[in-house]
Amino acid sequence: MSQATMTQGMAAPAATTPRDTHQQHPIKLYLVVWGWLFVLSTGSYLVDYFGLQGYLRWGLILLFMILKAGLIVAVFMHMAWERLALIYAILVPPILVLVFVGIMAFESKYTFFTRLFFSGGGS
Amino acid sequence: MAEHVEMAEATLMPAVSPTLRPPGLRGFLADWASDQRAFKNVSWMKAMMWIFLLSDTFIFSCFLLSYMTVRSSTTVPWPNPSEVFALTIGGKSIPLILIAIMTFILISSSGTMAMAVNFGYRRDRTKTALLMLVTAAFGATFVGMQAFEWTKLIMEGVRPWANPWGADQFGSSFFMITGFHGTHVTIGVIFLILMARKVWRGDFDHERRGFFTSRKGNYEIVEVMGLYWHFVDLVWVFIFALFYLW
Repeated sequence: MSQATMTQGMAAPAATTPRDTHQQHPIKLYLVVWGWLFVLSTGSYLVDYFGLQGYLRWGLILLFMILKAGLIVAVFMHMAWERLALIYAILVPPILVLVFVGIMAFESKYTFFTRLFFSGGGS
Repeated sequence: MAEHVEMAEATLMPAVSPTLRPPGLRGFLADWASDQRAFKNVSWMKAMMWIFLLSDTFIFSCFLLSYMTVRSSTTVPWPNPSEVFALTIGGKSIPLILIAIMTFILISSSGTMAMAVNFGYRRDRTKTALLMLVTAAFGATFVGMQAFEWTKLIMEGVRPWANPWGADQFGSSFFMITGFHGTHVTIGVIFLILMARKVWRGDFDHERRGFFTSRKGNYEIVEVMGLYWHFVDLVWVFIFALFYLW
Protein backbone atom coordinates (compact mmCIF):
# COMPACT_ATOMS: atom_id res chain seq x y z
CA MET A 1 0.00 0.00 0.00
CA SER A 2 2.48 2.52 1.20
CA GLN A 3 4.78 1.73 -1.65
CA ALA A 4 2.00 2.73 -3.99
CA THR A 5 1.78 6.15 -2.35
CA MET A 6 5.52 6.55 -2.49
CA THR A 7 5.83 5.74 -6.15
CA GLN A 8 2.88 7.94 -6.98
CA GLY A 9 3.62 10.15 -9.92
CA MET A 10 6.82 8.29 -10.70
CA ALA A 11 7.61 6.16 -13.70
CA ALA A 12 7.86 2.41 -13.25
CA PRO A 13 10.16 1.72 -10.28
CA ALA A 14 13.68 1.20 -11.47
CA ALA A 15 15.06 -2.30 -10.93
CA THR A 16 18.35 -0.91 -9.72
CA THR A 17 19.02 2.33 -7.92
CA PRO A 18 21.30 4.55 -9.98
CA ARG A 19 24.58 4.99 -8.15
CA ASP A 20 24.80 8.63 -9.08
CA THR A 21 23.03 11.05 -11.35
CA HIS A 22 24.80 11.31 -14.64
CA GLN A 23 24.09 14.64 -16.20
CA GLN A 24 23.64 14.08 -19.89
CA HIS A 25 22.39 17.03 -21.90
CA PRO A 26 22.84 18.06 -25.52
CA ILE A 27 25.92 20.20 -26.29
CA LYS A 28 23.63 22.75 -27.93
CA LEU A 29 22.20 23.68 -24.51
CA TYR A 30 25.65 24.68 -23.26
CA LEU A 31 26.37 26.70 -26.40
CA VAL A 32 23.07 28.59 -26.03
CA VAL A 33 23.84 29.38 -22.37
CA TRP A 34 27.38 30.38 -23.31
CA GLY A 35 25.92 32.80 -25.89
CA TRP A 36 23.53 34.28 -23.34
CA LEU A 37 26.36 34.78 -20.83
CA PHE A 38 28.25 36.73 -23.51
CA VAL A 39 25.18 38.86 -24.24
CA LEU A 40 24.56 39.57 -20.54
CA SER A 41 28.25 40.39 -19.89
CA THR A 42 28.26 42.76 -22.87
CA GLY A 43 25.13 44.33 -21.41
CA SER A 44 26.73 44.96 -18.04
CA TYR A 45 29.91 46.31 -19.69
CA LEU A 46 27.82 48.71 -21.81
CA VAL A 47 26.20 50.03 -18.61
CA ASP A 48 29.66 51.30 -17.65
CA TYR A 49 30.70 52.25 -21.19
CA PHE A 50 27.73 54.57 -21.66
CA GLY A 51 28.17 55.88 -18.10
CA LEU A 52 24.62 55.21 -16.90
CA GLN A 53 24.16 56.52 -13.35
CA GLY A 54 21.85 56.18 -10.37
CA TYR A 55 19.16 53.55 -9.87
CA LEU A 56 19.16 52.62 -13.57
CA ARG A 57 22.86 51.69 -13.35
CA TRP A 58 22.56 49.73 -10.09
CA GLY A 59 19.35 48.03 -11.21
CA LEU A 60 20.83 46.90 -14.53
CA ILE A 61 24.09 45.75 -12.90
CA LEU A 62 22.19 43.65 -10.35
CA LEU A 63 19.79 42.31 -12.98
CA PHE A 64 22.59 41.16 -15.30
CA MET A 65 24.52 39.75 -12.30
CA ILE A 66 21.57 37.67 -11.07
CA LEU A 67 20.70 36.39 -14.55
CA LYS A 68 24.33 35.33 -15.20
CA ALA A 69 24.66 33.68 -11.78
CA GLY A 70 21.35 31.89 -12.31
CA LEU A 71 22.39 30.52 -15.71
CA ILE A 72 25.76 29.30 -14.41
CA VAL A 73 24.30 27.58 -11.34
CA ALA A 74 21.23 26.13 -13.06
CA VAL A 75 22.72 24.88 -16.33
CA PHE A 76 26.53 24.73 -16.10
CA MET A 77 26.49 23.38 -12.54
CA HIS A 78 23.41 21.23 -13.32
CA MET A 79 21.52 22.48 -10.26
CA ALA A 80 18.29 22.56 -12.28
CA TRP A 81 18.34 18.75 -12.53
CA GLU A 82 19.52 17.94 -9.01
CA ARG A 83 17.36 16.53 -6.23
CA LEU A 84 15.36 19.09 -4.22
CA ALA A 85 17.12 17.99 -0.99
CA LEU A 86 20.48 19.11 -2.41
CA ILE A 87 19.12 22.26 -4.07
CA TYR A 88 17.64 23.58 -0.82
CA ALA A 89 20.69 22.59 1.26
CA ILE A 90 23.00 24.59 -1.01
CA LEU A 91 20.89 27.52 -2.22
CA VAL A 92 18.96 28.50 0.93
CA PRO A 93 21.97 29.33 3.23
CA PRO A 94 23.47 31.96 0.88
CA ILE A 95 20.10 33.77 0.86
CA LEU A 96 20.58 34.31 4.60
CA VAL A 97 23.71 36.30 3.72
CA LEU A 98 21.25 39.01 2.62
CA VAL A 99 20.31 39.49 6.28
CA PHE A 100 24.01 40.09 6.99
CA VAL A 101 24.09 42.59 4.09
CA GLY A 102 21.15 44.42 5.67
CA ILE A 103 22.84 44.59 9.08
CA MET A 104 26.15 45.85 7.64
CA ALA A 105 24.45 48.39 5.36
CA PHE A 106 22.66 49.82 8.41
CA GLU A 107 25.88 49.77 10.48
CA SER A 108 28.02 51.44 7.80
CA LYS A 109 25.51 54.25 7.32
CA TYR A 110 25.69 54.87 11.06
CA THR A 111 29.52 54.91 10.95
CA PHE A 112 29.35 57.33 8.00
CA PHE A 113 27.16 59.78 9.86
CA THR A 114 29.19 59.62 13.08
CA ARG A 115 32.34 60.34 11.04
CA LEU A 116 30.61 63.21 9.28
CA PHE A 117 29.26 64.82 12.47
CA PHE A 118 32.01 64.11 15.02
CA SER A 119 35.29 63.68 13.14
CA GLY A 120 34.99 66.54 10.68
CA GLY A 121 34.91 64.25 7.67
CA GLY A 122 38.14 62.31 8.17
CA SER A 123 38.74 58.94 6.51
CA MET B 1 -0.80 4.12 9.86
CA ALA B 2 0.25 4.31 6.26
CA GLU B 3 2.70 7.08 7.09
CA HIS B 4 4.20 4.97 9.84
CA VAL B 5 4.81 2.06 7.49
CA GLU B 6 6.23 4.48 4.94
CA MET B 7 8.76 5.82 7.43
CA ALA B 8 9.77 2.38 8.61
CA GLU B 9 10.29 1.29 5.05
CA ALA B 10 12.31 4.34 4.19
CA THR B 11 14.71 3.85 7.07
CA LEU B 12 14.84 0.10 7.57
CA MET B 13 14.03 -1.67 4.38
CA PRO B 14 16.59 -1.32 1.62
CA ALA B 15 14.33 -3.40 -0.64
CA VAL B 16 12.38 -0.24 -1.45
CA SER B 17 14.49 2.15 -3.43
CA PRO B 18 15.11 5.16 -1.17
CA THR B 19 15.13 7.46 -4.17
CA LEU B 20 11.40 6.95 -4.72
CA ARG B 21 9.60 9.83 -3.04
CA PRO B 22 6.52 11.89 -3.77
CA PRO B 23 7.44 14.90 -5.91
CA GLY B 24 7.72 18.44 -4.54
CA LEU B 25 7.82 19.58 -0.93
CA ARG B 26 6.67 16.23 0.51
CA GLY B 27 9.57 14.45 -1.13
CA PHE B 28 11.98 17.09 0.12
CA LEU B 29 10.67 16.72 3.68
CA ALA B 30 10.78 12.91 3.48
CA ASP B 31 14.44 13.03 2.47
CA TRP B 32 15.35 15.20 5.46
CA ALA B 33 12.85 13.84 7.97
CA SER B 34 14.69 10.94 9.60
CA ASP B 35 18.04 9.45 10.42
CA GLN B 36 19.22 8.54 6.95
CA ARG B 37 21.38 9.61 4.03
CA ALA B 38 19.90 12.94 2.93
CA PHE B 39 21.33 13.21 -0.59
CA LYS B 40 19.90 9.97 -2.00
CA ASN B 41 21.27 9.67 -5.51
CA VAL B 42 23.99 12.28 -5.20
CA SER B 43 27.46 10.76 -4.96
CA TRP B 44 29.57 11.64 -1.94
CA MET B 45 32.11 13.54 -4.00
CA LYS B 46 29.51 15.77 -5.61
CA ALA B 47 27.79 16.43 -2.27
CA MET B 48 31.10 17.25 -0.58
CA MET B 49 32.14 19.58 -3.39
CA TRP B 50 28.83 21.43 -3.11
CA ILE B 51 29.24 21.76 0.66
CA PHE B 52 32.79 23.05 0.19
CA LEU B 53 31.52 25.55 -2.39
CA LEU B 54 28.84 26.67 0.08
CA SER B 55 31.53 27.40 2.67
CA ASP B 56 33.58 29.21 0.01
CA THR B 57 30.48 31.25 -0.81
CA PHE B 58 30.46 32.48 2.78
CA ILE B 59 34.15 33.43 2.58
CA PHE B 60 33.66 35.51 -0.57
CA SER B 61 30.41 36.92 0.86
CA CYS B 62 32.39 38.19 3.86
CA PHE B 63 34.98 39.83 1.59
CA LEU B 64 32.32 41.55 -0.51
CA LEU B 65 30.41 42.53 2.64
CA SER B 66 33.44 44.15 4.23
CA TYR B 67 34.07 45.93 0.93
CA MET B 68 30.50 47.24 0.98
CA THR B 69 30.90 48.31 4.62
CA VAL B 70 34.15 50.25 4.15
CA ARG B 71 32.96 51.82 0.92
CA SER B 72 29.67 53.11 2.29
CA SER B 73 31.13 54.27 5.60
CA THR B 74 34.05 56.33 4.29
CA THR B 75 33.61 60.08 3.94
CA VAL B 76 36.40 60.26 1.34
CA PRO B 77 35.28 59.75 -2.30
CA TRP B 78 35.80 56.23 -3.68
CA PRO B 79 38.15 56.01 -6.72
CA ASN B 80 36.18 55.60 -9.96
CA PRO B 81 36.85 51.99 -11.13
CA SER B 82 35.85 52.93 -14.65
CA GLU B 83 38.88 55.26 -14.84
CA VAL B 84 41.24 53.26 -12.61
CA PHE B 85 40.90 50.17 -14.80
CA ALA B 86 40.83 51.99 -18.14
CA LEU B 87 43.47 51.09 -20.73
CA THR B 88 44.83 53.31 -23.48
CA ILE B 89 44.66 51.37 -26.73
CA GLY B 90 45.64 53.12 -29.96
CA GLY B 91 45.69 56.51 -28.25
CA LYS B 92 42.14 56.12 -26.96
CA SER B 93 41.26 55.50 -23.31
CA ILE B 94 38.72 52.69 -23.12
CA PRO B 95 37.05 52.27 -19.71
CA LEU B 96 37.31 48.93 -17.93
CA ILE B 97 38.35 47.12 -21.12
CA LEU B 98 40.83 44.73 -19.48
CA ILE B 99 38.24 43.60 -16.94
CA ALA B 100 35.68 43.08 -19.71
CA ILE B 101 38.12 40.88 -21.66
CA MET B 102 38.93 38.92 -18.47
CA THR B 103 35.19 38.39 -17.94
CA PHE B 104 34.71 37.01 -21.46
CA ILE B 105 37.75 34.73 -21.06
CA LEU B 106 36.43 33.27 -17.80
CA ILE B 107 32.94 32.75 -19.29
CA SER B 108 34.51 30.98 -22.28
CA SER B 109 36.47 28.72 -19.93
CA SER B 110 33.18 27.81 -18.22
CA GLY B 111 31.71 26.92 -21.61
CA THR B 112 34.59 24.59 -22.50
CA MET B 113 34.44 23.05 -19.01
CA ALA B 114 30.71 22.29 -19.37
CA MET B 115 31.44 20.54 -22.66
CA ALA B 116 34.34 18.61 -21.12
CA VAL B 117 31.92 17.23 -18.49
CA ASN B 118 29.54 16.23 -21.27
CA PHE B 119 32.20 14.40 -23.28
CA GLY B 120 33.43 12.78 -20.07
CA TYR B 121 30.10 11.05 -19.55
CA ARG B 122 30.25 9.91 -23.19
CA ARG B 123 33.63 8.35 -22.33
CA ASP B 124 35.31 10.33 -25.10
CA ARG B 125 38.60 10.78 -23.29
CA THR B 126 40.48 12.63 -26.05
CA LYS B 127 37.85 15.38 -26.35
CA THR B 128 37.40 15.54 -22.56
CA ALA B 129 41.12 15.95 -21.89
CA LEU B 130 41.53 18.51 -24.70
CA LEU B 131 38.58 20.59 -23.51
CA MET B 132 39.94 20.51 -19.95
CA LEU B 133 43.31 21.72 -21.20
CA VAL B 134 41.60 24.51 -23.17
CA THR B 135 39.77 25.46 -19.96
CA ALA B 136 43.09 25.47 -18.07
CA ALA B 137 44.64 27.66 -20.80
CA PHE B 138 41.79 30.18 -20.52
CA GLY B 139 42.26 30.16 -16.75
CA ALA B 140 46.00 30.71 -17.02
CA THR B 141 45.36 33.61 -19.44
CA PHE B 142 42.97 35.11 -16.90
CA VAL B 143 45.57 34.88 -14.11
CA GLY B 144 48.19 36.38 -16.44
CA MET B 145 45.96 39.35 -17.19
CA GLN B 146 45.30 39.76 -13.49
CA ALA B 147 49.05 39.81 -12.82
CA PHE B 148 49.33 42.54 -15.49
CA GLU B 149 46.52 44.49 -13.81
CA TRP B 150 48.15 44.18 -10.36
CA THR B 151 51.53 45.29 -11.75
CA LYS B 152 49.97 48.31 -13.45
CA LEU B 153 48.14 49.40 -10.31
CA ILE B 154 51.15 48.87 -8.03
CA MET B 155 53.31 50.94 -10.41
CA GLU B 156 50.69 53.69 -10.23
CA GLY B 157 51.05 53.70 -6.45
CA VAL B 158 48.11 51.60 -5.25
CA ARG B 159 48.84 50.00 -1.88
CA PRO B 160 46.57 48.21 0.59
CA TRP B 161 46.82 51.30 2.79
CA ALA B 162 46.83 54.13 0.23
CA ASN B 163 46.22 55.11 -3.38
CA PRO B 164 46.49 58.32 -5.41
CA TRP B 165 42.78 58.72 -6.20
CA GLY B 166 40.67 58.58 -3.06
CA ALA B 167 39.62 56.40 -0.13
CA ASP B 168 42.47 54.29 1.29
CA GLN B 169 40.14 51.29 1.66
CA PHE B 170 40.07 50.88 -2.13
CA GLY B 171 43.49 49.20 -2.20
CA SER B 172 42.85 46.77 0.63
CA SER B 173 39.49 45.70 -0.83
CA PHE B 174 40.98 45.33 -4.31
CA PHE B 175 44.00 43.22 -3.33
CA MET B 176 42.01 41.08 -0.90
CA ILE B 177 39.10 40.27 -3.21
CA THR B 178 40.92 39.85 -6.52
CA GLY B 179 43.86 38.13 -4.78
CA PHE B 180 41.66 35.47 -3.24
CA HIS B 181 39.79 34.98 -6.50
CA GLY B 182 43.04 34.73 -8.47
CA THR B 183 44.30 32.12 -6.00
CA HIS B 184 41.16 30.09 -6.63
CA VAL B 185 41.67 30.31 -10.39
CA THR B 186 45.31 29.24 -10.03
CA ILE B 187 44.40 26.20 -7.92
CA GLY B 188 41.71 25.36 -10.48
CA VAL B 189 44.23 25.51 -13.35
CA ILE B 190 46.60 23.15 -11.50
CA PHE B 191 43.85 20.62 -10.78
CA LEU B 192 42.47 20.88 -14.32
CA ILE B 193 45.89 19.91 -15.70
CA LEU B 194 46.22 17.02 -13.20
CA MET B 195 42.73 15.72 -14.03
CA ALA B 196 43.23 16.17 -17.77
CA ARG B 197 46.33 13.96 -17.48
CA LYS B 198 44.30 11.28 -15.67
CA VAL B 199 41.55 11.42 -18.31
CA TRP B 200 44.09 11.32 -21.17
CA ARG B 201 45.83 8.28 -19.67
CA GLY B 202 42.49 6.50 -19.38
CA ASP B 203 42.50 6.22 -15.58
CA PHE B 204 38.71 6.37 -15.48
CA ASP B 205 38.31 3.71 -18.19
CA HIS B 206 40.71 1.21 -16.58
CA GLU B 207 39.75 2.14 -13.00
CA ARG B 208 43.36 2.86 -12.17
CA ARG B 209 43.84 3.72 -8.53
CA GLY B 210 44.83 7.26 -7.61
CA PHE B 211 48.39 7.82 -6.35
CA PHE B 212 47.19 9.70 -3.27
CA THR B 213 43.85 8.18 -2.28
CA SER B 214 44.38 4.67 -3.78
CA ARG B 215 40.73 4.76 -4.85
CA LYS B 216 39.29 4.03 -8.27
CA GLY B 217 38.03 7.09 -10.08
CA ASN B 218 35.26 7.59 -12.61
CA TYR B 219 34.19 10.26 -15.05
CA GLU B 220 32.06 11.98 -12.41
CA ILE B 221 35.33 13.47 -11.16
CA VAL B 222 35.28 15.65 -14.28
CA GLU B 223 31.87 16.98 -13.30
CA VAL B 224 33.00 17.66 -9.72
CA MET B 225 36.08 19.46 -11.08
CA GLY B 226 33.66 21.39 -13.29
CA LEU B 227 31.57 22.43 -10.27
CA TYR B 228 34.66 24.05 -8.74
CA TRP B 229 35.56 25.77 -12.00
CA HIS B 230 32.05 27.14 -12.60
CA PHE B 231 32.06 28.41 -9.01
CA VAL B 232 35.22 30.42 -9.74
CA ASP B 233 33.40 31.93 -12.73
CA LEU B 234 30.33 32.53 -10.54
CA VAL B 235 32.36 34.44 -7.94
CA TRP B 236 33.82 36.60 -10.73
CA VAL B 237 30.27 37.52 -11.84
CA PHE B 238 29.69 39.02 -8.40
CA ILE B 239 33.12 40.70 -8.20
CA PHE B 240 32.68 42.18 -11.68
CA ALA B 241 29.25 43.59 -10.82
CA LEU B 242 29.86 44.75 -7.26
CA PHE B 243 33.51 45.87 -7.32
CA TYR B 244 34.29 46.94 -10.88
CA LEU B 245 30.93 48.22 -12.13
CA TRP B 246 29.31 49.64 -8.99
